[in-house]
Amino acid sequence: MKLPVPDATPLLEAKGATMRFGGVVAVNEVDFTLREMELRCLIGPNGAGKSTFFKMLTGQLKPSAGQIRLRGENVTGAEPHHIARRGVGIKTQVPNVFNGLSVYENVFVAAGRRKSRASAKRITEQTLERVRLTGITGRMVGQLAHGQRQWVEIATVLAQEPDLILLDEPAAGMTHDEVLRTAELIREINRAQALIVVEHDMQFIRMIATTVTVFNQGRILVEDHVDRVMANQAVRDVYLGKQAA
Amino acid sequence: MSSVPSGWRGCLLVILAGFVLLFGLPQVVSLYGVVQMTVFVAMAVFALSQGFIWGFGGIMSFGQSAFFGLGGYVYAVSVINMGDSTIPVLLAIAVPAAFAALLGYFMFFGRISDAYVGVITLTVTIILFNVVNSTSGDFYTIGQAALGGFNGMPNVPPLNVPGYPDAAFGPIDTWYFAMGALILVYILLRGILASRFGRVVVAIRENETRVQLLGYDARVYKLLVFTIGGGVAGLGGCIFTNWGAFISPTIFGLASAAQVLIFVLVGGLGTLVGPVLGAFGIEYLISIIGTQQTLNANLVLGAVLVAFVLLVPQGLVPVVWSGIGRLLPRRFAGTGEQTAEAQS
Repeated sequence: MKLPVPDATPLLEAKGATMRFGGVVAVNEVDFTLREMELRCLIGPNGAGKSTFFKMLTGQLKPSAGQIRLRGENVTGAEPHHIARRGVGIKTQVPNVFNGLSVYENVFVAAGRRKSRASAKRITEQTLERVRLTGITGRMVGQLAHGQRQWVEIATVLAQEPDLILLDEPAAGMTHDEVLRTAELIREINRAQALIVVEHDMQFIRMIATTVTVFNQGRILVEDHVDRVMANQAVRDVYLGKQAA
Repeated sequence: MSSVPSGWRGCLLVILAGFVLLFGLPQVVSLYGVVQMTVFVAMAVFALSQGFIWGFGGIMSFGQSAFFGLGGYVYAVSVINMGDSTIPVLLAIAVPAAFAALLGYFMFFGRISDAYVGVITLTVTIILFNVVNSTSGDFYTIGQAALGGFNGMPNVPPLNVPGYPDAAFGPIDTWYFAMGALILVYILLRGILASRFGRVVVAIRENETRVQLLGYDARVYKLLVFTIGGGVAGLGGCIFTNWGAFISPTIFGLASAAQVLIFVLVGGLGTLVGPVLGAFGIEYLISIIGTQQTLNANLVLGAVLVAFVLLVPQGLVPVVWSGIGRLLPRRFAGTGEQTAEAQS
């Protein structure tokens, strides 16, 4: 168990976070703060730098400049496993799952790090139930439909019991019912854990969001309440177009 | 890459078959046959090391012969110097394992990509081949052991009863040692794979990024798998040297490095029984072809490999296993559901 941290220290803080690939600046001096237990949505057109930002937060990319702090601890440029151990879990845009393992094993591997076999088993079973995968625990993940694979990945992230969960397009490729269930699940997760969710589906955003951060061309364009963001003319211009109306 | 269901029933069956072979073979086969089987077993241990790190760890070592050969040479050099074979056998496992750990440290912590791991390991075995090949003459002796360059080292003393250098092993004793070692290695690797460490190892093969994002340091796991593989290959080399009382640099050569890959591919990548059966089958085939003059052995081997890669890319064991699974009722075949429970 982690010690309680005073509210003054944000859960996550990025200062001037920058990612350059050769001459291209994918993420440009982004300042971003997330409080404990906060639920934040990240939107922006394709190529705005959202997924790159996630990769910087999880150590998959080392920032070219700037700083990333988790509860005040500087984790800039740390290895992915190091950041994961500090309590960050991510569902990536392209599902990263173990195709050749069963649903159960996928979640069990996630639940089992530094825990007793019994508690790993308990967490696995609870998580599978929570994400409603109990009916297919023995199936190979490689054979599942895209929506189900997404949930397997969400289940592995939950089984890891992180304090901060990053979800990169969690509703992509899901049916309408699955999207509703995912939104419900996110609100449920948020009772105990902080989340950042990248999504394109505006209806989905409205279902879960309070504060929305809009990325555009590697920078933060706006950060505000969801209703004001949807009404913002600059946001409509770069991203929403007519679909939000 | 599919992993064959690894329920405890299949595992017990394999161990049982191993013991039947261990005690049964000397009863039914001539001495010549037992000696021949001993070298098959040496190759099977070698194949197990390759099958373990490649099929389960996802590490593409194309130069596993480096550790096989190292095990053989370490045994030969140390047994000539020490007389008693007990410590040399342990060294034949420990030195290749340590060398694998050193090499693996630079490869995995240096973030070398999979393809380059293949290139580097292949290069290492070729370097060892060339180095040992050029050690002719009196200058290249370690203690009393002359390395002998391309001529190799003849008259390597055989194993003996631990502590009694005069009680040397005969061919039958060597068979018991070799086959016993194969069974032990199989049990050891099975145990590792059934443990939670083993589940993470297989998970790394499936998706290294995900494993890291879950907080596991994949590099440490790969390093341990590679080190274990090096030790097992070294043990195989030790058995091989004992079989012929002889070792030469060809053990490090390209043919040796490629042969073990063929064992694994033919038997079945992602299984442990597969590489063993692959080694037995291919070695048997070679010995049969060797007794006739019509066909060139390498030509036949090449044809077998091409046929397998094209027609049975999964290898023998997975194909046979799924065939059995279709014929038998579910509870014998060990379907996914059952495997998940068995491994949980």
